[in-house]
This record gives sequence, C-alpha cells and structure tokens, in this order.
Amino acid sequence: MSDNQGPLWEVFVQKKAGQPFVHCGNLHAFDKEMALQNARDLYTRRGEGMALWVVPTSCIVASSPEDAGPFFEPSNDKVFRHPTFYPLPDAIKHM
Amino acid sequence: MEMQKPEDLFESKLSKNDVIEPKDWMPDNYRKHLIRQISQHAHSEIVGMLPEGNWITRAPSLRAKLVLLAKVQDEGGHGLYLYTAAETLGISRDEMLDALHTGKAKYSSIFNYPTLTWADIGAVGWLVDGAAIMNQVMLQRTSYGPYARAMVRICKEESFHQRQGYEIMTRMAFGTPEQKEMAQDAMNRWWYPTLMMFGPPDIESPNSENALKWRIKRESNDQLRQRFVNQTVEQAEYLGLTIPDKGLKWNEAKKGYDFSEPDWAEFKNIIKGNGPCNKERLSTRLKAHQDGAWVREAAEAFGKKQMQEFAAA
Repeated sequence: MSDNQGPLWEVFVQKKAGQPFVHCGNLHAFDKEMALQNARDLYTRRGEGMALWVVPTSCIVASSPEDAGPFFEPSNDKVFRHPTFYPLPDAIKHM
Repeated sequence: MEMQKPEDLFESKLSKNDVIEPKDWMPDNYRKHLIRQISQHAHSEIVGMLPEGNWITRAPSLRAKLVLLAKVQDEGGHGLYLYTAAETLGISRDEMLDALHTGKAKYSSIFNYPTLTWADIGAVGWLVDGAAIMNQVMLQRTSYGPYARAMVRICKEESFHQRQGYEIMTRMAFGTPEQKEMAQDAMNRWWYPTLMMFGPPDIESPNSENALKWRIKRESNDQLRQRFVNQTVEQAEYLGLTIPDKGLKWNEAKKGYDFSEPDWAEFKNIIKGNGPCNKERLSTRLKAHQDGAWVREAAEAFGKKQMQEFAAA
C-alpha cells in the first residue's frame, strides 16, 4: 500500500518567548507549511505556546538507548564539575 | 562490563517502572498487543466523532454548537496522537485505517449505540467520556513511552469533554419536566453500555493478563468499573436522576457500591458487528475516507514537488 500520509515531522513548542522549545509530539505533512499549520491545529489549541518548530523526523540524529551507558559514561566520574564538590569556609555565608 | 540479554533488560525496565521506548528491544507479543490496543484506541477516537457529529447542526444554541465543534475537533486530534504513537511500533497509518475499514480492527463498542436526543450528547460527555478518562488516567503511566505521552495530552483535554457533558445534563435535569425526562431516558440507555466500556469481567478478559504483566494496564477492568460507579453515583444524585439499577447499593465493607453487571451477551454481539449502529458507523467512516481520497492524492502530488525543492535548497 502506498504511503499517502506524507513524511513524519517532530513538533517543538515554545511556551513563552525566552523559554526553550520543548518536544511535544509528531505529525504527518507533505511540506513545511502544512507541517506548521497542522502543528498549530494539533498541539496549540489551548494557548500551549507562542512559537513552533517543525523538523522532518528523518533529519534528527539520535543516540541509541542501548549505548547510553558507555556513551554518557565520561561524565560520571567528574564530580568536580558540581559546585557541591568544593567546601565553603564556614565564615562565608553566601556564594 | 557485563552484557545484559535484551529480554532481561526489558524485564528489568518493567520491574523498575522504567518506560519502554521505540528503539528498545521488546518481545513480539508486547509489540503486537500495543499495536492492537493503540490502533483500536485511535479508531475509537475517530469513530467517536460520528455520534456527536450528528448533533452539530442541531445543537440548541450557538454556544452549544461551538462547544460541540471544539470537542469533536479534540477527538480528531486524539486519534492523530494515537495513530502516530502506534506508528512508532512499525505499522503504517494506511494499514491501520485499512484494518478499521475492513472490520478487522475494532473500536469501542459504545459508539455503536445511537444518539437519539440532545440529552444523549450530555450523557455521552458525562458518562462515556467519564469512563474513558478513568481508563486514560491509568494509561498515562503505561509502560510504552509514546502511548503514555499521548495519554498525558489527551487527559488534559478530556476533562473539558466530561464537564461540558455534565453541564448539558444539569441544564436538562433542572429544566422543564420534559427535559428532565429526556435526561433520565438518556441515562437509562447509556448506563449499561458505559459500564461495558471497561471490557469484560476480569475472569473472562482474554487480553488482561499480559496487559497487566507488561504494565500496559495498571488496573483491571473490574477495578476501573468499580471506581467509575463509585464516582458517578453522587453526580447522578445531584442531577436528581436515577441510575437504572435496582441492585445498586452502598457496601460499607468494601467502601464502594454493589451494582449489576451489564448484559455481556449484548456486548459480545456488538463486538461481532451486530449492534444498533455498527453498519452505519462503518459506512459513514468509509464514505468520509473515500470522499477525502482526492485531497490525499492532491496533497501527495503537491508534497512530492515540495520535498524535491526542499531537498534541492
């Protein structure tokens, strides 16, 4: 059977100016304009956002869950990256 | 580093209440179960637009019409969320729609009952959406990530549906004697079909065991049905409507109501395709799909051209 739904797009919504764009779902559309209009109709019917991104799903490069362990391992042994690693002298009340 | 077998990893995720994502390994039967459940859930949203769509042109006020239009639009959106969630499991939209149109896939039995009067639109919102919410709140914590995320969005929108239904019932129940009679009549016809929505009793439910084992469902059909009855009695009492069940009685020991089971033979008969509206719903759905064929074809041709330009840019 032919695919007559068009390619898949991922939808990102920005709730308010200055906030990050957050992934909210996906949809099918044949072009950029249709993707944007469908995203508006499907994901922002109740003031969920004031700006939208739509990205062809095929353009997204994702890490694979099976390799999450070794892939993110380099960050695990670097406790010195956290502020709590450094004790503050008692005399200092705020930093 | 020790390598975990994919089966063990899957089981350990379930036992830790972790979420399964599309790229994760999963047993074939888990995938099949989800495809069946999510696609049928999607079909129910789409077919569910039909009984309410019947009343858009006959809504008693402009306000009621606007609200009903918004509700039916939501149902279409819910269908779309769910279809894309099912697609992450490797089935195409066309395959799912084909299964619906050929009768291979089911949708909720409730939509095979007719909406005879305006009070039915109230009863559908209050009772049918109320029962759906009970199920969907549970499914927000289902083990498959895309399904759970679709449910979170759907639940946010569904509570508007139930409240607008209850508003219609309130207006009719506190209206003229004729209106109250219509409200009671709708209640009488929708009560047992709504109880059927939770599925067969646990002892006879063929899909429940796996669904619970895999944490697709978190509570059994009977548990959800009980909670729905407990919650609804007070709402019916406020309206001054009688739940059409002589066996309905508070049971102090279980802190819940005893109630009569729906007619499960009727339920099975509807699932088989012999309900009052099965044929009408499916043919209306099919006609809408066929009438829209030229739109899909035009969009596809236009899209091909656009994507070529997109790739070249």
